[in-house]
Amino acid sequence: MISEKPQRKAMAEKVPATPMLDQLESGPWPSFVSGLKRLANAHDKPYAGMMKGLLGQLEYSYETKRGFWKGGTIGVIGYGGGIIPRFTELRDEQGKPLFPEAAEFHTLRVMPAPGMHYTTDVLRKICDAWEKHGSGLIAFHGQSGDFMLQGCASGSVQPCFDEFNEMGFDLGGAGPAVRTSMSCVGHARCEHSCYDEARAHKQIINAFLDDMHRPALPYKFKFKFSGCPNDCMNAIQRADMAMIGIWRDSIRVDQDEVVKFVRSNGRQNVIDNVVTRCPTRSVSLNDDDTITIDNRNCVRCMHCINAMTKALRTGTDRGVTILLGGKRTLKIGDLFGTVIVPFMKLETDEDFAKFQELCQRIIEFFAENALEHERTGEMIERIGFANFLAGIGLEVDPRMVLHPRTNPYVRTDGWDDEVKKWKERQEASR
Amino acid sequence: MSGSPAKPRMPVESGVPDAFQYMHPLMKKNYGRWKWHDRPRPGVLHHVAENGDEIWTVRAGTQRQMDVFTVRKLCDIADRYAEGHVRFTIRSNIEFMVGTEAKVRPLIEALETAGFPVGGTGNSVSMIAHTQGWLHCDIPGTDGSGVAKALMDELHQEFVNERMPNRVKISTSCCETNCGGQADIAVNVQHTKPPKINHDLVANVCERPAVVARCPVAAIRPAVVNGKPTLEVDESKCICCGVCFPPCPPMQINDPEHTKIAIWVGGKHSNARSRPMFHKLVAAGLPNNPPRWPEVAATVKRILRAYQEDGKAWERVGEWIERIGWPRFFELTGLPFTPYHIDNWRGGRASLNASAHIRF
Repeated sequence: MISEKPQRKAMAEKVPATPMLDQLESGPWPSFVSGLKRLANAHDKPYAGMMKGLLGQLEYSYETKRGFWKGGTIGVIGYGGGIIPRFTELRDEQGKPLFPEAAEFHTLRVMPAPGMHYTTDVLRKICDAWEKHGSGLIAFHGQSGDFMLQGCASGSVQPCFDEFNEMGFDLGGAGPAVRTSMSCVGHARCEHSCYDEARAHKQIINAFLDDMHRPALPYKFKFKFSGCPNDCMNAIQRADMAMIGIWRDSIRVDQDEVVKFVRSNGRQNVIDNVVTRCPTRSVSLNDDDTITIDNRNCVRCMHCINAMTKALRTGTDRGVTILLGGKRTLKIGDLFGTVIVPFMKLETDEDFAKFQELCQRIIEFFAENALEHERTGEMIERIGFANFLAGIGLEVDPRMVLHPRTNPYVRTDGWDDEVKKWKERQEASR
Repeated sequence: MSGSPAKPRMPVESGVPDAFQYMHPLMKKNYGRWKWHDRPRPGVLHHVAENGDEIWTVRAGTQRQMDVFTVRKLCDIADRYAEGHVRFTIRSNIEFMVGTEAKVRPLIEALETAGFPVGGTGNSVSMIAHTQGWLHCDIPGTDGSGVAKALMDELHQEFVNERMPNRVKISTSCCETNCGGQADIAVNVQHTKPPKINHDLVANVCERPAVVARCPVAAIRPAVVNGKPTLEVDESKCICCGVCFPPCPPMQINDPEHTKIAIWVGGKHSNARSRPMFHKLVAAGLPNNPPRWPEVAATVKRILRAYQEDGKAWERVGEWIERIGWPRFFELTGLPFTPYHIDNWRGGRASLNASAHIRF
């Protein structure tokens, strides 16, 4: 409940005056306010009243600079998550909602296909079903990667879910659960793609649906899949577990195309924008306008490939680098994911099974060892990265660090044993 | 859909749907077999497969929060001018795929006529990744869609052109948790006063130990006020982050006057050239000023202008600043540098200048 009250009374039959929101109808960018008004003015539709109420409440937020939604508990049978309940807090002295038709305005998080592909046919079906059960307002997409059906009354949530579920859609994650994932367009349209992102995305999320639909983890767990180190899904910064496509062999060079590129862009341009932008000085422009790449020192940053899309391509011995522990601020501050698997093949069924098994070990370790409301990155910060690796059965690798420790305060009486293990691993990999 | 009250319909746990059922046929046919691409003009991508197949993608901006009429309008355009398949990008742009170049121009005209700007590719300012804000969030300090709309109106020309040194990703977030994410320029709520506590409600609404545990600076402790168990905040310790508000709504952090907007720059997700970077605080104390947040827009544009004029080709905002140094950034943008810019969080010492590398 709020202390200050709006002066005017809400009238569901009329679109409320929205002088502040109206100012967001002008300008060249598509206006969500115009969309809200279209829904509020669709008088033959069941949601018109709800959307009038929503406009009233939103305008009031603009006037008072305050939000007026609170959470609650709304779900569908069989699941413990996936619905974001929203009840209005904008009430009069008697506790009656000021905009009763928008008093319940829940969101259903629905998982799209990997790569967010749609046919117009399925989009129209989504619209038709959503018009029956909810507000007609859809977000494509939320930051977690769901399409979000925004504005559903409590009594409509179950029938709405049932209809979308029959259509082949399932709810996404919310709360302390495996969350909805995202993958880039990847294999479907991008030559940089180093693994089958859509398969990895679908297989892994669908293997952990129990942890998505019945939230019982310490906190959220996010997988994200980017097909190359350009990381278009922001996986390293945003995902607990980031799969970044990469290659082990050499960059493929089409020297004829290199020469064409150099001749049409000029040598200085190539030196300034390709050669000197290589972070490890691994690219040389030769006197005949071809290039030489020192692949042993290439860190697979993608820059030269991004710059010369026709002449250079990723290698063919491809797979993923896996990073763990990325997250935003809450609670100990921002963390990047860091490398836990420098390279893993992801091509055969066996590769995928091995990958899924690693995910399983990590989720189980997280479930058993993280404190409540602690993300993987925070857990690792608390228990130590080497302990985490030992816990999930991964060996240390110098590619996991920027540099070795600088602080001598460490007990090293197990040194000889570790040296022996390292040597054995080196022998075995030869 | 059948089922009696005694036996309710149980969900089909189908999970992530199959992508191939919705994918453009050329994408399906050449899945994993693309060879190279170029950008014939802003807003258009042209990909060529190993077998010579070509596909053109036209990218357009949307309002993200879309009414069904807008979605159907986009479908009508996709059916009439494209080939019935679309996809969305991570920044809520919609992409239409076509198999012949001749379809590109009419498709662009149809989109622009219908009010959807075509762009967001290459060295442009793409659509803003944003959060729910007052429209749907339970803890928002500001709006999401409104801030994004107001900014994109101002930056429209930078969306439809590719005239920045490199791509620019902007995010907005309606609380300090920053769900909008890391970005070249991030517009983020920054509270400046501790929460106002309604002690009558805390005991009934909040799981108090969980709230105590959540505070990043251990400023919250159990208390009794007027005979009721509640929580109190050590205001000398409080950093006004608002993290206690979600698990305990009677600890109201949002304030029409004291909830401000801060701007952060230099975040970069890509590994290209430099490693990924976090964004850094450059401006705070901007008023939360709906419906168009003019002070925020002016600051964002000021930063963009300096970057556009001084950045070299391929430099992201963060890379440009690494080259020219932070003193020059503050000089070029005219933004003041304050004690608040110096990081005093754990690990913050690593951001100090431990060298004699000084620019004059």
